[in-house]
Amino acid sequence: MPALFGFSKRLTALQKLLPILSLLALIAIWEGVAVSVNSHVLPTPYSVALVMWQAIGSGQLPYHLGMTLLRLAASFTIAMLMGSAIGIVLGRNKRLNAFFDNWLVIFLNVPALVTIILCYVWLGLVESAAILAVVINKLPNVIVTVREGARALDQDLLDMARCYGFSKRKMLRHVIWPQLHPFVMAATRSGLAIIWKIILVVELLGRSNGMGYQLHLFFQLFDVASILAYTIAFVAVIQVIEILILKPLDNSAHRWRR
Amino acid sequence: MAAMKIRINCKTYPAAGRSFAKPAIADFSLTLKAGEFVCLVGPSGCGKTTLLNILAGLDKNYDGEIVAGHSTHPKIGYVFQNPRLLPWRTVRENIELVLDKQTPASMIDDLLEAMQLTGVQQVYPERLSLGMSRRVAIIRAFAVNPDVLLMDEPFVSLDAPTARQVRELLMQLWQQRPHSVLFVTHDLREAIALADKLVFLSASPMRVVREISVPVARSERNNETAIEAFRQRLKAGYPDINSLL
Repeated sequence: MPALFGFSKRLTALQKLLPILSLLALIAIWEGVAVSVNSHVLPTPYSVALVMWQAIGSGQLPYHLGMTLLRLAASFTIAMLMGSAIGIVLGRNKRLNAFFDNWLVIFLNVPALVTIILCYVWLGLVESAAILAVVINKLPNVIVTVREGARALDQDLLDMARCYGFSKRKMLRHVIWPQLHPFVMAATRSGLAIIWKIILVVELLGRSNGMGYQLHLFFQLFDVASILAYTIAFVAVIQVIEILILKPLDNSAHRWRR
Repeated sequence: MAAMKIRINCKTYPAAGRSFAKPAIADFSLTLKAGEFVCLVGPSGCGKTTLLNILAGLDKNYDGEIVAGHSTHPKIGYVFQNPRLLPWRTVRENIELVLDKQTPASMIDDLLEAMQLTGVQQVYPERLSLGMSRRVAIIRAFAVNPDVLLMDEPFVSLDAPTARQVRELLMQLWQQRPHSVLFVTHDLREAIALADKLVFLSASPMRVVREISVPVARSERNNETAIEAFRQRLKAGYPDINSLL
């Protein structure tokens, strides 16, 4: 079936181009609308790129983006470590889980804005309050996801390891962690998405630097070009994290799969 | 010398709902001699796996006493019904994980060679056939040089030629490295081919019905006529075991 093969080959070449084409299409639509509207509240892609270039050159964008990323790293690390530990414990202990389940439900449903405001009111407009607010918002999610993983641990493999006298460390590293890995990765992915949205609100309400603070400033100035420039830079950084850190982690953990 | 003395007065599982808890094992006693290959033969569901889990220390909820040689914590090698290999570790890593770091690599090499698995040692278990996975599990159990080797129907659901091949490999390995073995099966031919002694077990609550030595010479164990002849003699001589097969 040479015709069919030719078709599928062309298809794969096209498939590789598709993501780039779709991106170009998005920019083209943006350009078209911006030109026809011709208003400073919707700048053209070119003017946004220019603003971004200037903001990078002046050091403003790297500084504020860096502050936001620092907060993201700190709160993400704390939330993941604590959430994984609590998740494992709750997943393996029915009584503790029955006791704390309601807490989880409550914390899962408290609006992010409420925790942020309360943290600032109780602790003051300080860095630790900002980090804590993000952690509290993220923690229940991690716990619930990792708890599912801990519940689903393969008892047969645990028994095997126990019978062969695995140490606690060996058990965790070779038997438990590989099973939890997909759940922790899911928590990481969804966590990153949640955290970077919350963190902007945290900065907007009570910090004097970072992306959220800058966006607030630009909003008051109606500087849409800067808002878009910062947003694009931020989305780009998150994508780089995904491609350079998360994807390789996933691949190395899945190399054993058929 | 006895490798293991087993005495289980009673083992019950918690009853569901209001029904009474029925004992799974009652008044069970068995002595395993050092270097002896014992096959436990009994109807399915009679509690053989429960017994092995108790001996392996996985189930501590029973009334009785297990004494193994001079140690209260005997080293156990356990070949489970499913191979239970870690899918995210290679064949070789699966074996290395149960060993001390000081264990010489040549020991693993020898075992892999004996089980004809040298070529797949860097492969992940998902790519192995069931017969190969079972052989890896057997290596893992031998590798720890156990005081007692427990095997829970390790050839079940293999096709007949594969089962035979693995059985012969196991026999060679065991003759090179004699260990005390408790081997669970419900296939009498398989039991005769392997065992020094057959132990027939009753349905639940499980207890020992009969212990019979197998007089067939080791060199005759691959000879199906010899096995079959002994099986017929056994069934004629002890009619009570027919109901247990």
